[in-house]
Amino acid sequence: MTLIKDGYFSQTELAQLPGMPSRERLHEGPCVVIECAQQIPCDPCEAACHEGAIEIGDSIINLPKLDPSKCGGCGLCIAACPGQCLFVVDMTYSDTEGTVQFPYEFLPYPQKGDTVHGLNRGGDIVCDAEVLKVLHPKKFDHTAVITVSVPKEYAMEVRTIKIKGNHHG
Amino acid sequence: MNHVELAIIGAGPAGLSAAIEAASVGVQTIVFDENQQAGGQLFKQIHKFFGSRAHQAGARGIDIGKNLLGQVAASGAEIKLDTVVWGIFEGNKVGVVTNGRNVICKADRILLATGASENVLAFPGWTLPGVMGAGAIQTMVNVHRVLPGKRVLMIGSGNVGLIVSYQLLQAGAEVVALVEAMDRIGGYAVHASKIKRAGTPILIRHTIKEAVGNGKVEQATIVQLNDNGNVIEGTERTLDVDVICMACGLSPLAELAWLAGCRFTDVAPLGGLLPVHDDNMQTSLPGMYVAGDIAGIEEASTAIEEGRLAGIAIAESLGYLTTTDATVKKQAVNDRSEQLRDGPFGITRREAKETLIRRSLET
Repeated sequence: MTLIKDGYFSQTELAQLPGMPSRERLHEGPCVVIECAQQIPCDPCEAACHEGAIEIGDSIINLPKLDPSKCGGCGLCIAACPGQCLFVVDMTYSDTEGTVQFPYEFLPYPQKGDTVHGLNRGGDIVCDAEVLKVLHPKKFDHTAVITVSVPKEYAMEVRTIKIKGNHHG
Repeated sequence: MNHVELAIIGAGPAGLSAAIEAASVGVQTIVFDENQQAGGQLFKQIHKFFGSRAHQAGARGIDIGKNLLGQVAASGAEIKLDTVVWGIFEGNKVGVVTNGRNVICKADRILLATGASENVLAFPGWTLPGVMGAGAIQTMVNVHRVLPGKRVLMIGSGNVGLIVSYQLLQAGAEVVALVEAMDRIGGYAVHASKIKRAGTPILIRHTIKEAVGNGKVEQATIVQLNDNGNVIEGTERTLDVDVICMACGLSPLAELAWLAGCRFTDVAPLGGLLPVHDDNMQTSLPGMYVAGDIAGIEEASTAIEEGRLAGIAIAESLGYLTTTDATVKKQAVNDRSEQLRDGPFGITRREAKETLIRRSLET
């Protein structure tokens, strides 16, 4: 499975991204995971981060580089990314569960408390997910940011949801 | 309307941007468009755009369109909608039909910003209702809020195919599959990832073999291709679909440039045969300019920058900007364009543009 042939990452491809926090960092608390792999002209994530944790630099085709020590996992960058490739993962949510924050542009939005399908990058249902938060302030410009809890082993797998009974995400 | 300083043909991102630059420094400008609404394809683009802050990155195309219209209104340029330009004649005369009347408008400068047309793929059954271009689907879904069908086969994995697939999902349709004849996804991976994670199968080295149905599309047969692009027998699969969407690329809409006698050249990465233009966007005919997709298939963001460049150059040529002021403005535009034509996707277009400009100097 590769990004260019299948539309989603192999684990090897993921690990090489400059926007990928280490496994250790992910277990210390919420942190952004930047799944941006192609040098396309784009830079809104850099300005969206008030902590200076994301750096693009002089050329807007640079891949976003993450300084995981500066990221508090606020999630403000998620809706700012036109490519919808930023996610916030928190492995410390509970002993058995982690959370994933992701962008979502399908109506109707799920409701807090709903149990929904957790989908991986390839669109397969991998687990149940519980909706913890649905944010869509005006500033996000019609991109909702949803937080779900999932079993910890799926927190780096689940990247969107499907409302039970709907045919798409 | 019998005489204007600048006639712009096409009120898309390139034409509007040129109008803003020219009219805001005093050029008497009129923009003709055959559509009922200005903005070209921008008002169908409900997704967030790439680029930097200077290119309004992160804003949705529809909002960039609204912003441009606001700037046009402030600039003093006039937009004439529902107005067809049917010919261009010697002496920069433009044949226009507006309000049911035929008018010949003499223009000191003409900018052709006519955009592009979609390429189509001919296959058995391609004339059945339900086989549509991606642009038509975007108009139906995003402008008129009409869903053309429930189960869609998408042909083509360029950014248009990927984005329109996503927008169909948003509108409540199912994209049963996206087929791509190449051995890789053509558009940006982030666009592909969005539809992939929502459950859309992306099938590279696949194409459509035929569409079948009684009076409308009911099924599509897809087939796998080998590395030479030939059909692998026995790999046919039939899908129940009611829409087949073609997103097979665009070609410059250049009839008026042909009619006027512009010199053309073939630059494949920019969409094929194009009128040559210099670094002021001027064609081989003095006083006639091009910008946007007619000058090479790119994106709305680059069309905006090219339109600005043409508008500045035209204002300069008419004496509304000093060479010094124009040079500064052009440099700022060129810097922004260069950013958009960078990286593995952009560099091919940058080199192709350089080729096009170089060829304009040849005689």
